[in-house]
Amino acid sequence: MSESQTEVATRGSGPGEPEDKTAFKNTSNNRNLTDKLFTVLVTAAAFFGIVVLAVLLVDVFRDGLPFVDGQFLTSLSSITPENAGVYGALVGSILLIVLTALITVPIGVGAAIYLEEYAGDNFFTRAVEVTISNLAAVPSIIYGILGLGLFVNGLIVPGMGPILLAGALTLSLLVLPVIIIATREALRAVPGSVREGGIALGATRWEVTRDHVLPSALPGALTGMILALSRALGETAPLIVVGAVTFATFAPPISPEALFGRYGALPIQIYDYIQRFRPEFKDELAPAGIVVMMVVLLLVNSVAIVLRNRWQARR
Amino acid sequence: MVNIRRIGEEQRVRETSKDVAKGGAQQTPESNGMTVEDLSAFYGSFKAVTDVNMQIKRNKVTALIGPSGCGKSTYIRCLNRMHEVIPGAYAEGKVALDGQDIYAKGADPVNIRRRIGMVFQKPNPFSKSIYENVAWGAKINGYRGDMDELVERSLKQAALWDEVKDRLKESGYSLSGGQQQRLVIARTLAVEPEVILMDEPASALDPVSTQKIEDTMEDLKKKYTVVIVTHNMQQAARISDYTGFFYIENMGDPGRLWEFDETSKMFSNPDRKETEDYVTGRFG
Amino acid sequence: MSVQAGRGGERDPNLWRRNVRASKLRERGVTTLFAAFAYLSILTTFGIVLVLIFETINFFRQVPIFDYLFGTTWRPGFARAEFGVLPLIYGTLLTTAIAAAVALPIGLLAAIYLSEYAPTGLRRWLKPALEILAGVPTVVYGYFALTFLTPLLGNVFTGISTFNALSAGLIMGVMIIPTVASVSEDAIYAVPRGLREGGYALGATKREVATRIVVPAALSGIAASFVLGISRAVGETMIVAIAAGNLAQFGGPLESVQTMTAYIVAVSTGETAAGTITYQTIFVVGATLFVMTLILNILSIIFVRRFRETY
Repeated sequence: MSESQTEVATRGSGPGEPEDKTAFKNTSNNRNLTDKLFTVLVTAAAFFGIVVLAVLLVDVFRDGLPFVDGQFLTSLSSITPENAGVYGALVGSILLIVLTALITVPIGVGAAIYLEEYAGDNFFTRAVEVTISNLAAVPSIIYGILGLGLFVNGLIVPGMGPILLAGALTLSLLVLPVIIIATREALRAVPGSVREGGIALGATRWEVTRDHVLPSALPGALTGMILALSRALGETAPLIVVGAVTFATFAPPISPEALFGRYGALPIQIYDYIQRFRPEFKDELAPAGIVVMMVVLLLVNSVAIVLRNRWQARR
Repeated sequence: MVNIRRIGEEQRVRETSKDVAKGGAQQTPESNGMTVEDLSAFYGSFKAVTDVNMQIKRNKVTALIGPSGCGKSTYIRCLNRMHEVIPGAYAEGKVALDGQDIYAKGADPVNIRRRIGMVFQKPNPFSKSIYENVAWGAKINGYRGDMDELVERSLKQAALWDEVKDRLKESGYSLSGGQQQRLVIARTLAVEPEVILMDEPASALDPVSTQKIEDTMEDLKKKYTVVIVTHNMQQAARISDYTGFFYIENMGDPGRLWEFDETSKMFSNPDRKETEDYVTGRFG
Repeated sequence: MSVQAGRGGERDPNLWRRNVRASKLRERGVTTLFAAFAYLSILTTFGIVLVLIFETINFFRQVPIFDYLFGTTWRPGFARAEFGVLPLIYGTLLTTAIAAAVALPIGLLAAIYLSEYAPTGLRRWLKPALEILAGVPTVVYGYFALTFLTPLLGNVFTGISTFNALSAGLIMGVMIIPTVASVSEDAIYAVPRGLREGGYALGATKREVATRIVVPAALSGIAASFVLGISRAVGETMIVAIAAGNLAQFGGPLESVQTMTAYIVAVSTGETAAGTITYQTIFVVGATLFVMTLILNILSIIFVRRFRETY
């Protein structure tokens, strides 16, 4: 630490105060000690979270991994623990996330393009910006209540019931602000000179955005999108409120009909297993379900990283 | 970062081909080149350039010189309506290209920028292949001819063809700074503009690249009207036919076109003392 | 091809056929569509407010607002139902306070480490690693609190309840560390170098520069991170629903409590028919929660803005 030498000038050298070299030296030593303690403290704080994360992962995997097998992955939920699995919930979760991605990515990218490339600085734009940053901080369960009142039971238009589409729409509203914020940041990182270059050739703004700005921004935006969507994958509370099935004794069909049927989801299935009376559910099936969910999350995120790296390598 | 915002109101435009035909057909002397009348440029409430009057001759090189911050770059950006792309920026006055006011109601800035191309201070190639960099502008402007031939011809005009002909698929960023700037020139030529504006095109480049760009300019002026902003007095004297000197008398005033004349006169026997001081290197 | 090599002004019009009208139309269409997408966020906010208000009004037609706000017993769905929200608010505040006691100091210290102490290489992987903490699904944290931390705490505090506020609050605190750390770090990192150098030039140590110069300079940004962290804790659902229990009582940290969010989950897991008063409680409690977090969020936006204005 090079700073420790610079201390040799402050304390005790105030005007009028006699310079006492020994006393001065002592202060310096005390300060050195406090400094060292502080360094230890901040380092410990920074690594505290990582340590807890490691303990959590080890604990969960130790509890759950022995119970993850083919039977568990391919079975539906059941009241007898030996027969129970996560298949229905897993399919439900995958459908939910795909649907949510299909809804939010075009809308989120479009909104971000409007705010970043088109909108002038006026009252409405500022209102939209404040709204988006506030929406990003609204608790997820509130979105569940919104989905319940708006999509499931209907407020102005008739409700659609607790179907997969209602769940996906609810999750979409939840992740949309995050996707917009991530895409905007990526668009902002594209230098203005690229836009000028295109415009100076007689291109319209959309032509420049479509061909130059968006392709440059996409890898960065992609990371944010995948993070947002994987957050949606782990969301439990809003789906419980909009009436996802806690006990997935069926798997939604892989067809458009699934949109209008009921559905389960992985995190909800886990919650359900934790709540069950028989200890096998809480002690074996719940952690096994968590292991499956964490692996899916890990896969999704690795795909995002690979995709981004490949994209960046290409340019 | 310059965030480009909406460009004024989008106006309806007549058939492009008609405009194009007009651009070439009218050859009367008074409509030749560009005429600037009482042009002022603003950033919000701040007036950056005031009351410029200038006759930019066809197929000649016009150089704009002057100390930093006196509005040369702002002014040149007004000549193809790039200035208004900056949020809050606008221009007043008249700029006519071959007799047509580019600021007239109904004039389409998108089409104007096709006809009046621009090369920027720092090379700004697109993050696409060299070929795509040149072809893109032509593509979006609806070019129906042989694209390979157009790309080759444009790269040759920009004196870049020999260096890149074997690597057209490589990214535009793989080129050196000087090559990138020539790529930008080729890209601009590929949309077949009538006027080329250059805003200190060599300021970010090494002397060798600068030399190459000056050489291309020598060729360009046979076919195009060129306006170039430069800090380099020798460069202005070497390549231009006309020179405009921009100057700000008092701090905080807007920039003015202080003197405008044939380059030979501006560098040997200017009318105004400030011009003489500047071209002889006494300040700036 | 009759055109001479790229001669300006002698373009062959037959070679250049741009459909100007189509590109204008496309430009306008795209702008309108994307603007609509952007305004969707305002619609969403209106939607939330509308949905909450609608059922809340229905609720207050049957239950006096005074009884709701100041009643000390929460017992919906019973024959003699009572709707005093205070036990739920108490549960929320208790778990939030415990979480804040963990997350605020640790988050701030971690931010100081990341910005002032960590070598660049370490910082580059430590920050994303911390972010993972915020990406772990909350149901996993709930499981961890219930099956790992609570038994562990049982070794220290005998008589701790299976479901208790302490365990849930502590784990919630861990979950919020990245939020506090990342927003604080942004603020601390943005403090101009000159300020630090001024401190060093006066002979201050690294710690003194960090705690007496940098942190005070970044105070409003740090405040924003604290408020945001607290807002997260108030709205957090699954950890408390799993680990803190479902007893709407004024219990101590070692006892079971019910938060507003946990109540909403508990009602939702059962089949609750629309139109009943139990159904309406979801919205009225939701509205209470929304108002609380909204105030906190606005506060944090104001703090962030103040910080941005300074630097």
